[in-house]
Amino acid sequence: MTTTTTPDSILKAAGAARPAAAPRPTARILRRQAVPYLFVLPALVLLAVFKLYPIGSSFLMSLYENVNGTQKFVGAGNYTRAMDDPLLWTALKNTAIILVVQVPVMLALAVGIAVALNSTLLRGRAFFRLGFFLPTVTGLVAYGIIFAVLLNTQYGLVNWLLGLVGIGEVPWLTDPLWARISLGLALTWHYTGYNAVIFLARLQSLPAELYDAAAVDGASAWQSFRHVTLPGLRPALLLTTVLSTIGTLQLFDEPYVLTGGGPDNATLTIGVYLYQNAFKYFDFGYASAVAYILTVLIGILGIVQFRLLGEKS
Amino acid sequence: MTLTATRPDRTPSSPRPVRSRSILLTSSLAIAVAAVLLPFYWLIIAATHSSKEIFDSPPPLLPGGHLMDNLSTLESSARFSDVIVNSLLITVIYTIAAGAICTLAGYGFAKFRFRGSSALFGLLMLGLVIPTQVTLIPLFKMMVDLEWLGTYQAVITPNLALPFGIFLMRQSMAALPDELIDSARMDGCGEFRLFLKVVLPPMKPALAALAIFLFLFQWNDFIWPLVVLRDAGEFTIPVALASLQGLDQTDYGALLTGTALAAIPMALVFLALQRHFVSGLLAGAVKE
Repeated sequence: MTTTTTPDSILKAAGAARPAAAPRPTARILRRQAVPYLFVLPALVLLAVFKLYPIGSSFLMSLYENVNGTQKFVGAGNYTRAMDDPLLWTALKNTAIILVVQVPVMLALAVGIAVALNSTLLRGRAFFRLGFFLPTVTGLVAYGIIFAVLLNTQYGLVNWLLGLVGIGEVPWLTDPLWARISLGLALTWHYTGYNAVIFLARLQSLPAELYDAAAVDGASAWQSFRHVTLPGLRPALLLTTVLSTIGTLQLFDEPYVLTGGGPDNATLTIGVYLYQNAFKYFDFGYASAVAYILTVLIGILGIVQFRLLGEKS
Repeated sequence: MTLTATRPDRTPSSPRPVRSRSILLTSSLAIAVAAVLLPFYWLIIAATHSSKEIFDSPPPLLPGGHLMDNLSTLESSARFSDVIVNSLLITVIYTIAAGAICTLAGYGFAKFRFRGSSALFGLLMLGLVIPTQVTLIPLFKMMVDLEWLGTYQAVITPNLALPFGIFLMRQSMAALPDELIDSARMDGCGEFRLFLKVVLPPMKPALAALAIFLFLFQWNDFIWPLVVLRDAGEFTIPVALASLQGLDQTDYGALLTGTALAAIPMALVFLALQRHFVSGLLAGAVKE
């Protein structure tokens, strides 16, 4: 940009900042070059103080252990402790289950809803799009509470409705397996619409000619879905998979509010475990080590997903 | 029925007539959306009932008369009017301040090539991927050192430069034609005036999307306010609700009234501005 501007415009641009002064040419150019930095400066300062510094500081902290209120350097001690920590492995296992079961089910549902919303056969598309998206704007605490009450074993509306069709009481939040299912249901309720809207936008940008060509070739509905829709959705699938993976690995609010990590640690996630260590046991060093293990996991999974799903360019 | 389709029917080989398939598709989606919306309906109903009525068999399916009782319980047990004021002030201040910072930075990254710009932007994107939990503890210690615990600035400041907000604005600003900016610059417009008078006006839809996103983020944020706020009078709505739920004798009527007070305004804001929200969200999400 600086190469195409005339000396005149540089003068004017510089002059706008301090009209009375007639700075030397080098000073003018310096001021001209400072402009972009001034726009990004507030954000960068805030990020350096409240993001980068904590990221670094948290790593240092992970090398110390809290022994009766004093910090003792333990090197990799917190990390080796983590490797032998059965609760952390439970949290990892729970997170993996959500990742392998809930995320694919949710994304498949979202693709189905997006395809239905994109169909010319559908009446009232705007209403449906809105309805499916509405849970996304509901706060995590609010919907955690709603689900906790709806799924109450003895008094909840869901079990009452199931009772009407002759199904006995389901221990939604008190049995380890059912608690996992409930958590999965709540997550699916909350995020499916968000993903469906991303898929829908992608579907609407696919050229209609592709479907025409498939129809001319005599493709069935399934074949045109399999060979036109799915490949077309690939970038959106990558995006939603990566976002869902990051979200699942950081999962905190839902289990904290819905089940508190229980029963019997069946819904203990890494996020909840980290919070417990930091703010219940005040073991900041160990919690930081867990946070770093989490970051490395997210990085590895992100790279793997980009390799598997990314555009082959 | 007329099909004003811009695209051909996807399933030409299906034997059933178009009309009955249309009814089948619309009605099955209607059932699905009813299941999705049921919790909202039930929340509104439950907010008007007492704790005892909510857990009656059969459960209440129509509005009751306990709304005022629930509101006064909320006030006495959780200082809920203070809580609402806290949430509103924090959210509004945050939305304005973070909106300004993200918009400025988004413009800087979208329309200038400067030394280190791509490296800095890469660093920013790292902020998107690093889990919030990593920074939680050092940030908490920082707040302790600053003696900010229990204050608005403790809740607001750390998230002002929200990486996703900057990313969103950069994506939207990139679509603005360079000629527009360059010609104003040739006319001798100062850089900041140019930003205000030339760049911002066409960005209104993106700004609306950013504002809604920031508002929702702060209104619903839970873990950070939970960590830095201590007393009931300082709480935001999500923290107050979680504290009510943690009591031994939870008054579910009051709890659900509070939940409705948290959820319903957001749903209404979203309904009023949803066009901006969805398009803004997608501007950030799909243009990779």
